[in-house]
This record gives sequence, structure tokens and C-alpha cells, in this order.
Amino acid sequence: MSEENLITVKVNQKEVQVDKNLTVMQACEIAGEEIPRFCYHDKLSIAGNCRMCLVEIEKAPKLGSSCTMPLMEGMSIITNSEKVKQGRKGVMEFLLINHPLDCPICDQGGECDLQDQAMYYGFDRSRYSENKRAVENKNMGPLVNTIMTRCIHCTRCVRFASEVAGVPEIGMLGRGENAEITTYLEKSITSELSGNVIDLCPVGALTSKPYKFKARPWELKRTDSIDIFDGVGSNIRIDSRAEEILRITPRVNENVNEEWISDKVRFNYDAYYNQRIDHPFLRKGKKLVASSWGEVLKELEKKLSKSSPFAILGPHTDLETGYAVKKFMSNFGDKRVEVRTDNQTILLNNNQSFTFNSSISEIENSDLIILIGTNPKFEAPIINYKILKSYNSGFEIFNIGEDINLNYPTNYLGKDLNSLKDPVLLKKIKSARKPMVIVGSAFTSFCSETDLTSLFSFSNVNKIITKEKNDLNFLTPYASRVGQLLLNNTQNINSKPMDLVASKFKDGTYDTIISFNSEEISSPLFSNAFKVYFGHHGDEGAMSSDIVLPSPLFTEKEGTFVNTEGRVQLAYKCHNTIGESKEEWKILKKLSDLIGFENNFDVLNDLRQELLENIDFSLNINKIIKTNAAEYNQDVIFSSNIFNYPIDNFYMSDVVSKNSKIMAKCVQEILDKNLDKVVNQ
Amino acid sequence: MLKIEDKIFQNLHGFNDPFLEGTLKRGTWSNTKDLLKKEPNEIIEMTKASQLRGRGGAGFSTGMKWSFMPKDTGKQHYLVVNADESEPGTCKDREIIRNDPHMLIEGCLIASYAIQATKCYIYIRGEYYFEYEQLEKAIKEAYSKNLVGKNACGSDFNFDIYVHRGAGAYICGEETALLESLEGKKGQPRLKPPFPAGAGLYGMPTTINNVESIAVVPTILRRGSEWFKGIGEENNTGTKVYCISGNVNNPCTIEEEMGIPLKELIEKYAGGVQGGWSKLQAIIPGGSSTPLLPKTICETVKMNFDDLKKNGSGLGTAGVIVVNKDFDITEVIERFAHFYKHESCGQCTPCREGTGWMHRMMQKLLKGEISPEQMELLENVTKQIEGHTICALGDAAAWPIQGLIKNFKSELLAKYESKRIE
Amino acid sequence: MSSGHPGLINDFIEKGEPFHWSDKNLKEIEIIKSKYPEDRHQSAVMPLLYLAQNQNNNWLSTECIEAVSKALAMPKIRVAEVATFYSMFNLKPVGKNLIQVCRTSPCMLRGSKKITDTIIKETKCGINQTTDDGLFTVVEVECLGACSNGPMIQINNDFYEDLNEENTKKIIENIKENKPNKVGSQTGRVSSENA
Repeated sequence: MSEENLITVKVNQKEVQVDKNLTVMQACEIAGEEIPRFCYHDKLSIAGNCRMCLVEIEKAPKLGSSCTMPLMEGMSIITNSEKVKQGRKGVMEFLLINHPLDCPICDQGGECDLQDQAMYYGFDRSRYSENKRAVENKNMGPLVNTIMTRCIHCTRCVRFASEVAGVPEIGMLGRGENAEITTYLEKSITSELSGNVIDLCPVGALTSKPYKFKARPWELKRTDSIDIFDGVGSNIRIDSRAEEILRITPRVNENVNEEWISDKVRFNYDAYYNQRIDHPFLRKGKKLVASSWGEVLKELEKKLSKSSPFAILGPHTDLETGYAVKKFMSNFGDKRVEVRTDNQTILLNNNQSFTFNSSISEIENSDLIILIGTNPKFEAPIINYKILKSYNSGFEIFNIGEDINLNYPTNYLGKDLNSLKDPVLLKKIKSARKPMVIVGSAFTSFCSETDLTSLFSFSNVNKIITKEKNDLNFLTPYASRVGQLLLNNTQNINSKPMDLVASKFKDGTYDTIISFNSEEISSPLFSNAFKVYFGHHGDEGAMSSDIVLPSPLFTEKEGTFVNTEGRVQLAYKCHNTIGESKEEWKILKKLSDLIGFENNFDVLNDLRQELLENIDFSLNINKIIKTNAAEYNQDVIFSSNIFNYPIDNFYMSDVVSKNSKIMAKCVQEILDKNLDKVVNQ
Repeated sequence: MLKIEDKIFQNLHGFNDPFLEGTLKRGTWSNTKDLLKKEPNEIIEMTKASQLRGRGGAGFSTGMKWSFMPKDTGKQHYLVVNADESEPGTCKDREIIRNDPHMLIEGCLIASYAIQATKCYIYIRGEYYFEYEQLEKAIKEAYSKNLVGKNACGSDFNFDIYVHRGAGAYICGEETALLESLEGKKGQPRLKPPFPAGAGLYGMPTTINNVESIAVVPTILRRGSEWFKGIGEENNTGTKVYCISGNVNNPCTIEEEMGIPLKELIEKYAGGVQGGWSKLQAIIPGGSSTPLLPKTICETVKMNFDDLKKNGSGLGTAGVIVVNKDFDITEVIERFAHFYKHESCGQCTPCREGTGWMHRMMQKLLKGEISPEQMELLENVTKQIEGHTICALGDAAAWPIQGLIKNFKSELLAKYESKRIE
Repeated sequence: MSSGHPGLINDFIEKGEPFHWSDKNLKEIEIIKSKYPEDRHQSAVMPLLYLAQNQNNNWLSTECIEAVSKALAMPKIRVAEVATFYSMFNLKPVGKNLIQVCRTSPCMLRGSKKITDTIIKETKCGINQTTDDGLFTVVEVECLGACSNGPMIQINNDFYEDLNEENTKKIIENIKENKPNKVGSQTGRVSSENA
């Protein structure tokens, strides 16, 4: 906020200095005056339709809506006069006359804006003796429950759908008191962010279908956590009662997810209690047979004492587990852990070759974005929203790879990266203020080292990378990837790491594969190996293994994650582990003790202490890990044009979501009915 | 009384040819090229000097409105003509459009030139299909004679004019709702600021004027501001097209001097009140939104902006609705309440919820089922709407009811009493 | 709500026949679009809805809405919002003669109730209903803007003014007998001149 933008206004006779570009409502907030509102939301365009935020401006004859009113030097705003109180009281009464008095059976009860504000501005009895309006409920899909009689027409959901979700599918039909919010012909909303309308709705008109009639807000225990189902690391809040998670909602983090989360993390929690591996299993003949910790550990000790194992890490591995694995595997030799199970190409000496270097919050500031082999709509809906913001500001989005639907039109450049050298495009990049490239794993899983260094060289030449910034970004769909790569849980090779693993299993260097929640264990690469699976869901990975060890889900332990931009975030434990599952590090400690490896982790903090001593970067919660840029000045030669997108079904992209009945319903009611629209073309 | 030669709309009733041949005889398009030689600012100043006030209802100085348009922005400016005549009691623009469309088209050209708008849209209400066809035909004529289009009337000014049909929504008569509708959206009024002069149609500087305001401009420029100003009184100048409807012997639309006494208007042109002046109950002087006037005021009030305002009502669109004693005045207002409920866009809370509530109470009032306390509540509800909405429809819905209660309270209460005794 | 005014219902789930723009209308669409700036084709939504309605027996089916949505690259829900907002877009089938009776106060004061009754009696069609033979749909509407000529009705695009019971009856009879009607004032006025 620069000096010349400051003006002085009075709020209830108290002088405040504020930015002249703010609204009256914002100035009041700065002055410490709370203004009631329903339609206003700071992430959405201003509608000004609820009229709850009326304020008086000295000398103005009429009250005005503060959310829409620009500031003027010397303006005197009054928020506490009788006129204002009467005005708001009147609006509140109008909102209530057609609103049902069904708070006792309304899921919004206890956290309802209308309920709360009615306590301040409402009459204690109704003066309305006419019939109340009844509105038929609308179908909005498997996630959003509607009780439309409760709707107060604030249009937050309408604005959200077009401005944030990028799917203009919700609207207000009709007019006057018959106006109704609906989707076109009551079709399901096709957005990956649709659940957010539940939080946005200030009343109980749009509520959560899976959470319907489940609990009251005051019964719930809150746990702060992180979305581990993509690389963004959206901040979430888990609400549980006893040993059961009842709902998941976003936590505000302006740098990451603002206040949105994807439908996957919001709704797949039913899978946390479905198909869980709740005790150890041992393969006996063709069958996996339930076993005990004592038996499997003994079996493992026997096996591992005389074998040459290799470990792979799944998409949900936290730093602590990663470090414990690294330490354990080092007993068998050097570089025996791999997190790049999708064959991602990186440059080993360059941490910027696998991180989202611009930072997520900078995306919306870009005025030209080139997507290469990434489908952010599926791989990171929050990032897709940030790109949409740039598009909504009038900027062009280019796409190399498959011509996919991203909710905003892209300028499709085909599959050849050499189209980057097109003079017209180069000119646009040159004249852009902040051109940005986002490279996804659909490309990096197949590209060569030269492709990657060429991208860096190209970015250096075209000022996408400068001394001050690096806007060449690598977007990973996996929550574990950046953290584990920073921990060096990868082999000494730039490209095709899994090919190397395969060859070593083939030549007999390795004979045992240990998977930490990686479904890759069921790959034919390991068909002849002895297989040990640590995990929580009994899916293909577990089924194909010889020993299965139950490990907790991220909600059942404490863990640190590093998101795609290198931000360190903590997921706290919400409730106890299910069945007999035990944290991986504890099992590894036990095994180490049995086999005779050095390991002195008694509590998680011991592990964390040692982890901190053994890394060459600093771990600060909610801070981005600093990486250094390397310069590349070689010929720009692109050769790979293979694109294989990692996620073709947003709702079932991982072992947890695959076991969610709610996600299955989404597939049925959203994907199957909108095949042309949602799935990659 | 307005002299025949001072009438601006010489073919208001369509006795003669409405199209080019006829209108040329009446002087339209006669020296438009010369008018376009004036500086835009000169036209604005002349219009200001004539004290022409907007004929759409608000009565804001037309010249002043034009002067709000930014200069030399390099942006596309627009003139939008509001021909969405929907205020109950009003049918004046209809006569202008169907009977002398070229007067409007010429006015559009000159007004557009004054505000440097090279494009003009006329938004005509959808129900006026015949009027739309007349207008389209006249525009075609004007294009074919190069009166509009490139180098309009042989000037350096390029000007395009289009007609856009509404589709049955009173609210689109509100200028920003009209812009929304023209942009292909629901006709929901915009928040102001920004005002249309800064960001109007497609976000560009835009002036919105009523048909009558625009159509009188060429005549004002030809005959001079002083001539126009000489008709009527200071600040309430010129001629005005009045529509008289309801309980009169000869309902009609006529052009008269601004400020003609209401009684004279009714007696002289409309053949008097049905059953005689003594049977007069009340008059709504300016379209449904203006509060009604009781008989005592009707005796003396003058039909102009300031005198009607002084007497607790307004000139509005000069749609005079006469109610005699054969009718229940409550029903007249109840129907208006229904009208506003029907036409509320539903965007903002007080109007969406309040118009319905008011109408339901008015229905009860009509049946004599409203107690003194409930009457107080009804009045209270009108006050809760008034001044709290995005646009003026809320006010327009509240005022007729306020006017009714103010002037007929004892009658309304008597009705309740007699119903109770029954 | 399906018994309401055909132009003001929200649940327009009435499916119609498959809808394809006629060749003439395809050309007309381009002409309409050219009235508005290049990047503002959404402005053409109302003219296109009219066009579709005219081609589709005076009502808009979901197929029509989708055709307009496609022609203007506009989200379907936005077209639906417009179609449901304005009363002149009929969202269910209407009769060959859509009779709209003005019910607002100026016409009421001049006897519109009698006109309504006459029309109901003569057409044998209730308010917001369509006759079985599809000849008439009768609706009551708000002010049509011909107050000095009240009471008045609109049949499809035409105004019939200065009505009384007899001339109203005659108008309906003529329609039934397929005879032409004089549009405008039924008492010999040219427009709204003072007689």
C-alpha cells in the first residue's frame, strides 16, 4: 500500500487511513466495525444483492450497501445509528419471512450465518402471517444436498461456479419471488471443486450429502491436516467424533488453497473405513492368510537377513516414513529406495527440476501460461483454479500435449515441444511480463534428460528463468514426491529410474521388493521378487504381495509433507489407528532391532531430530524450502512427444479414493453422464 | 394552452404518413447536416439551456446528463434509447415511435453526435411489435437515404443505429437493467457506481435517454433553446406528451404545455371524469409509481415536475390515471402491488420478498381484512423496502401504497370496521 | 408451477421435437450477430430466442434453448436464465392464438374484467390454459403499454384496443371462423387521439 493511495475516512467518527481502492465495508472492518453480510464474499465478484450490509453515509439521504460502495476522501461512515439498525432489521425480516423455521432439522444449524445474524438483527417473533414460499429441491449431483426453500438468493454459488470452478452451470431461473437457484435441467455440477458451494452457502440450502444428518458442529473435534491426494497440499480441517471422521472442510491458507479444497479430499473419507487392512497377512500358498505381528516380523527377519531388498515409496509417504525407510534400506547398500515410480525424469543436481518454482500463489499473476503434459483440472484442481484466474484476467493459456478440457479455452499447440519455438509464440513470451511454464508428469515420465535441460535452456533464453525468479514449474500430482526427492530417496540416475530397478531385479542384484503404499508393487517388473507391502487399503498392491503389513492412514498419525512448490506442512493425528496397524517407522525400528541394525528411535521426535541433522535444507512449517537455480545454456532440442496423463479419472486416482463409495457415485453420476465433457478427449 | 405551431409532435396520432415522405413535410431531417456542423459541446449547451428534463420519469436535465460523458477517451461511446415503455398508465413513446419514427431517429443521430457515440441501440419493449416494425422500416429508409450510416446526412459523422427488442420485463426500463438485458443477460439492475456515463454498455461510456427526450431535441435545436424554454415555467419547460387513462370519457394521449393544470388536461382533452368532476376519487398523475392525489389537490395542481413533487407526488412519465368513485381505489393500488410483485427481478432482498408480502396484505386490505395494527405493519413494510434496494423498483412499489394509506386511511379503516360488524 | 403463465415458469423441462435452425434462420442469426460487437455475441440471445420461438410454434423447448446456447457459445444455464426471466418467452406449448389480456389498473378501470370474462366464455378457455383444439391460449398479463386505449388485449403480435364485450366477442368469433380482424382500435380511432 503506497502513501499516495491512502485516504482518510471516518467510521463512526473514528478516523482511519485506508487504501482508496477499498470499499466502505473493508474500511469499516479495518476500523474494527463488523458489518453483517450474506452475499458478499471476498473471493467472489461483488453482487450487492442481500442488502444486509447497509450503512449510513453522513449527508447521504439513503442507506447504501457497504460492500459495493467505493471510498471517498473525508467520507463519514456510520454503522451504528438507529437508521442503520432499522435498515438491517428490515432486511433481516425480509430474509426470514420466506425462510423455513426448520433450524432443528437443518444441517447448517449452529454454523449458519442467517441464524447467527438473526440473533442480532431479528425480531423475536414473526409479523408475517401469509403463507411461506416453498421451493422444490434441485438435483446438483451426488455431493451437494439441496433444500431450496431455505435459499436466500445470495447467488454465491452461482458466482462460485462460474468464477472459481470455471463451470458456469449454476444459475438463478425465473424472477422476483419465484426466482430459483438450479443447475441446467438439474444436472450434476461437473466441477472438481463443487463441494465448496456447501461452505459458501450462508444458509442450509446447499449442504453436504454424505454429511447429511450426521452431526452437530458442537459435537465435533477439529484436527488440522493436509490434503494428500494431490501435490498441492491444500489445508484441511478434519471434523471427527470419537474414532470416526464425519467431514472434511478447508482451512484458509491464502498461499496455497485460499479457502477451497477438491471434492476428492472433501468426500473420499468414507474410504478411510472401507477395505482397510486391519491386521498383518502372510501368503501361504496361493492365499493371503491373516497373521499376527509376531509371526510376520519373524518371517520378515528371516527373509531380510538373507536377501537383497529394494524399496519403493507410494504417493502418500510423509517425510518421517521416508527417512525411516531410507535409514533402514541403507543397511542393505547404497541407493535402495525409489520414489519416482512413474519414471519421472529429473536433474539430480537441480532441485528446481521437480518443483513448482514460481510458488502456487504466483500463478494468477502470470500473463501467459504454457502447459506441457499436465492436466491440472485432474491433477491439481486448486492450481487449475489459479490458472483460471489468470485466464479470467484476459490472458492466454497455451497447451502442449493432449487437447484436454480444462474449463477454460486453451490455445492448443499439439504434441511437439518444438512448437515452443514458433516465432509468434516467442514474440508473445518476450512481450509478456511474467510468462510461466507448467510441466506435468504426463511429459516428465517419458522425456529425456535433454528434453529437460532444453526446457531449462529455453526458459533461460526467454526470461522465464532470470536471476530473480524461476517460472519454469514442474507440477507433481503426488503429495510425497517433492519431499522424498529432497530426502534423496531416489537412485543416482536422471531418467528412467524404474527401468534401472527392473534391470537389477532381472539380473538378480535385488530379489525383494518392499512397497510403502505404492501400488507399483503389483507391476510385472516384480513378478519374480518376494514382495512386502506396507499399506492401509487392500487393493491390487496388497493382493499381489507375500507379506502385508497394516499401516495407518495420514489421519491416524502425525506426518510432514512437502507440497509441489516445496512448502513444508504438517498433518496431525485425528484418531487412533484402525485395527492392528502401526506406523511404518515403528515397524522398521522393531525389524532393525530383530535383525540387528542400528536404530534408536523410541519416539517420533527422535526420528525427526535425526532427520533434521541429516538434510542440507531447512524445514520450516508453512515455509517453502529454498532451492538454488542452475543455469543451462545449451541447444534447445526437444525429442519426446509421448504424453501419458497419470489421472484419467479424477475421482479414483489413488488407492484410497478407489475404495470410496462416494467417489464411485461421483463416477456414476458425474463422469458417466458427462463423458464428452469431463474425461480427457 | 399550447399553440398548434408549438407542437413538436405534429403526427402524434398518425393521421398522416409516418414515414420519410410524410416526415420530411413536417420538417424532420430538414437541416440536420447544419446541426451536425455545430460543436458537440454547443449542442449539449443548447440542450442544457432549453432546460429540457428527461421524460422517462426522473426528470434529470438531459443536457447535463450528456455533459457527464467523458471526452476523448478513445473508447466506443454508446447512446441507448429507452423505449421499454412499461410504466402502467404510460403509452406516449409508443405514439412517437409508430407515428413519427424519424423524429426519434434524427434525435438519436444528433444526441449521439453530441456525446460522440457512433453507435446507438434503441431498446423497445417486446410487446410493441408493430412499433418495432415501424421503427425498423424507418431506419431502413434512413439508411437508404444516408441519413444515418457512414457520413450521416453528408456530415463527417459515422453513425449506426440498431433496434433491440425486449421480451416482457418491466424492470428493463431501469437503465442499468436495460444495459444488462442488451448485453444478453437477465434484466437485473447493476450496482451504481459505476454510472453508465463511465462504464455502461459493454463497459463503455453510455448515455441512456427516454424516447421523448431524444425526439424533441432536433426541434429544440432548430427553434432554439429560448423557444422551448418559453413554454411552461422556469425549470419545467417545453411541451410534454401526456397519456390520460382510466375513468375519463375520452382517454387519450396528447401533447400540451409542461405544467398544464391537471384539471384542465382532463376536462379539455379527455372529456372529463366519467360521471362528472364531482365523482372524481383520486388521480395517479405520473404512472403507477407516483403516489395518488386526492381530489382536493387535483383541483389545482399543475402537471410539471416541481408542482407535483410539492404536492406529494411526481410527474413521472405523465401517465395520468383517473379513478372515479365507482371503483374501489384499493383495488387500483392492489393491482399495482400485483404488478410490482410480478415485475420484481428477484435480485435484492427487500424487493424480492417485500413486494410479495405487500401484495398479499393488499389483497387482504381489499377484502377489508386488515386491522389498524396490520395497516401499520403494511406501512412499515413499505418503509422497510423504500430506499434499501439496488434500484428504484422497490421505491416505486412502496409509494403507491404509502399514498393510499396517507390519503384514504379513514376509508380503509371504515371498511375494516364494517366487515368486522358483518 | 406448470399451470402458471407460460412465459414465467422455471421448470421448463418440456422436451419438444428435435430442433434444427432453418436455412433462413441460420442466415438471420448471422445478420443479428452483426448488430453487436464481435466479442459480444451474447447480446444476440434475446433475438435468437425469438427466432427459435417463431420457428418452434411460438414456444421454447429445451432443444431450442440448447440450439441458442450452441449458436452463441453461451452456457446453457445462462440462456435458460434469460428464457425464464422474460415473460414473452413461452416455455411450454401455447395455442395458435396467444391471447394476453391486460389486467393492470388503467385497463381494469375501463372494464378489463368484463373483457377477461368474455374471452373465457367465448374461447371456452381458462386463464393460463390452452384449448384442446390448440386454437387459443389465454393469459392475464401486466400493462402492455396502450393505456389510453384500454381495455385492450394482445393476440400474438397484434394489439386490439378500445374493447367492449361486443367487439371482443366479434374478434374471437372471427378467429374461430378464420376471418381477418382489424388490428388496433375497435371503435374507429386512428390511435389514441382525443375523440
